[in-house]
Amino acid sequence: MIDVLYFASLREQLATAKEQYEADDGVTSIGELKQQLAQRGGAWSELFTQDQGLLCSVNQEMASEDTAIKSGDEVAFFPPVTGG
Amino acid sequence: MHISVQIENFDSKDIISRLCEQRRDIGAIATFTGLVRDQSAQQDLVALELEHYPGMTEKALQSIADMAMDKWDIDDLAIVHRVGRLEPADNIVLVVVISAHRKAAFAACEFLMDYLKTQAPFWKKEITRQGESWVEARQSDTDAALSWQD
Repeated sequence: MIDVLYFASLREQLATAKEQYEADDGVTSIGELKQQLAQRGGAWSELFTQDQGLLCSVNQEMASEDTAIKSGDEVAFFPPVTGG
Repeated sequence: MHISVQIENFDSKDIISRLCEQRRDIGAIATFTGLVRDQSAQQDLVALELEHYPGMTEKALQSIADMAMDKWDIDDLAIVHRVGRLEPADNIVLVVVISAHRKAAFAACEFLMDYLKTQAPFWKKEITRQGESWVEARQSDTDAALSWQD
């Protein structure tokens, strides 16, 4: 199981704050997880196939498409940050 | 070092006093306080809602603080960022840097704000009389953070 969190506009557009994703053998990187999530269609497909405007972290460190993921990890997806 | 993500307001004088307590080697204190303005992109602002990623936010601020301590000859620093609903004239963020000399304190203070704006997982939503919208990230903030890279 991978804990997947969604924040800010992404959380609202997907109507999901958190889920437990059952990772099958094919999902070993952020890029692969994004492809899987995009297959849900609708807003998922639109948001997870965009080139920019989507950031992610693995275990609370900024991550990229190539970052490896495994069962037990905490993954988060969110838009560019706007604090300060 | 004092790093805090909190709902409550902060008092910059208290935080400065705490940083400088028992010290006689500090010659400079640089502070930056960010406030909520009553203007959004197009409309009059009623409130801001500040969302963050609990856990990652604190880690990101700690990592930015460590970078500043390594990069400049400074003695201590504080970063306080508020979350939740904030109204015009409310405090949002405070950065304090103390050091022997002013140049390092000024530079580190600016660096901390530039990095915090682009690296720490906070998101602002603007609430106006006409409705709500998420604040878009600005290229100028990204450029400001990139300008510190050697």
